[in-house]
Amino acid sequence: MIQFDAVHKRFPNGTTAVHDLSLEMPEGGVTVLVGSSGCGKTTTLRMVNRMVEPTSGTIRVGGKDVTRQDAAELRRSIRYVIQQAGLFPHRTVLDNIATVPLLLGFSRRKARARAAELLETVGLAADAGKRYPHQLSGGQQQRVGVARALAADPPVLLMDEPFGAVDPVVRTQLQDELLRLQKELSKTIVFVTHDVDEAVRLGDQIAIFRTGGHLVQCAPPAELLARPADDFVADFLGAERGLKLLSLRTLADVPQGPAPEAGNWSLVLDAANKPLYWASKDAKDTKAAELPVRPLKDTDSLLSALNESIASPTGLIARVDAEGALTGVTSRDDIHAHAGQAHTEARVAA
Amino acid sequence: MYELFSNLGAWLVSGEQWSGPDGIGHRLAEHLQYSLLATLIATAIGLPLGLLIGHTGKGAFLAINLASFGRALPTVGLVVLVFLAGGLSMLPVYVALVALAVPAIVTNTYAGMTAVDPDVKDAARGQGMRGHQVLFQVELPLALPLIMTGLRLALIQVVATATIAAYVSFGGLGRYVFDGLAQRDLVQVLGGAVLVAVVAVALDLALSGLQRFLFRHRTA
Repeated sequence: MIQFDAVHKRFPNGTTAVHDLSLEMPEGGVTVLVGSSGCGKTTTLRMVNRMVEPTSGTIRVGGKDVTRQDAAELRRSIRYVIQQAGLFPHRTVLDNIATVPLLLGFSRRKARARAAELLETVGLAADAGKRYPHQLSGGQQQRVGVARALAADPPVLLMDEPFGAVDPVVRTQLQDELLRLQKELSKTIVFVTHDVDEAVRLGDQIAIFRTGGHLVQCAPPAELLARPADDFVADFLGAERGLKLLSLRTLADVPQGPAPEAGNWSLVLDAANKPLYWASKDAKDTKAAELPVRPLKDTDSLLSALNESIASPTGLIARVDAEGALTGVTSRDDIHAHAGQAHTEARVAA
Repeated sequence: MYELFSNLGAWLVSGEQWSGPDGIGHRLAEHLQYSLLATLIATAIGLPLGLLIGHTGKGAFLAINLASFGRALPTVGLVVLVFLAGGLSMLPVYVALVALAVPAIVTNTYAGMTAVDPDVKDAARGQGMRGHQVLFQVELPLALPLIMTGLRLALIQVVATATIAAYVSFGGLGRYVFDGLAQRDLVQVLGGAVLVAVVAVALDLALSGLQRFLFRHRTA
């Protein structure tokens, strides 16, 4: 657990970066710090591993005051991932990942062997290890940055906009990857971003900062979206925060029915019972005779269900099991009703 | 004109010119010895200084102004000055050559250090490297191409200037230039000058080739 207790940071030029911050970041959870530029979120992050020293107040990691520990040793157990990865351009990918094990005194052979394992953990091919960072794409470099941070198994990860410099598709992949890793590893993660969607996807709790280094609200994403503390938070989360809330709910408890047919349209399945497309019975309309279907699993979000129900010619979404075989369909009305109910619940829950 | 060049050619290739204590072989060895020793001393002074300024960010003013200072320094004047103060020895020559080489080394080392991506330095610190580890494992290797350029420049300048050793009665390829001038032997003057130029260009090519080989994995 990371505890901030009345932490204050003023820079020598007089600006207050962090104002009287008290915050707890739970063990094994992801705490996302969000806010616009200059709100103190990066400074807050950098105070955890003493890249920035607080002016007053105490920061404890695992109960121990960070300012009482040797800074370099602290940073070998609390690991730091930055935007653009900050990889060492003169070292191979493998040696980049092996940095901290080598600093900790592991033998070169052992450090490299561990680095090769981590390469696989973050989804990179083994031959990437021999390359130099500039020979990789931005997304791959970011994966190497994560692998480097995971080497020597640190309990705490600090991530400063680690996915800020890659395109949206790669960004989503990297987020998925992080969620998958986190399920396995349960690290205590502090994650800085200015992207609300990223915060909602990754955070177990989200701390919103306002310019001047004030923490405005810290809550789990669903609570934050349903009950923003004030107008600033509401504005920051955006007008579609209701839809964002739906992205946190899954389809699992939305009922499904059997009829894969509605009006002129029927759902065509293959031999393995997998949905192929919606087919129109109206022969005159050849252009629109086939429309694509995007089947959804129970783990998909209510938001994607809502989206799919709008795109579907019948207002029905096709539900499938893990193997992709059809289990039933759900109507637009059911999704709507469920979404509304989810909202009401979230807003009245105390 | 043609005669001059054919005489020069004959001078450069004649066997007797290459042998003996006054031969080109011996003078060349002397010249290289002066140049390499002076550059080595200058490196021992300039490299730590440049690294220190670059690593701490303190004294940048010195590093920047040293360059113009170096350009403005009259080498021959310095030789004479140290000669008058300390008497006849190789010391004035080395002082002058080292003073010529140090600014190029300091400014290039400093430039190399400041060109290291701040994000990379930040990441190095963030991984738990101590100051000296950041310097020797990250900053120095990344600054190395520019540091080597500085050493190369310094060496070439020193090679070209080491002719002044002959000015205070020592050896080196400058011997031919000064003796030739005294004897009004234009062929000898030219021969000395050509040899100095060839040595400088050859060293430059060899070192830049080495640099390209060493840093073949670098992007910039």
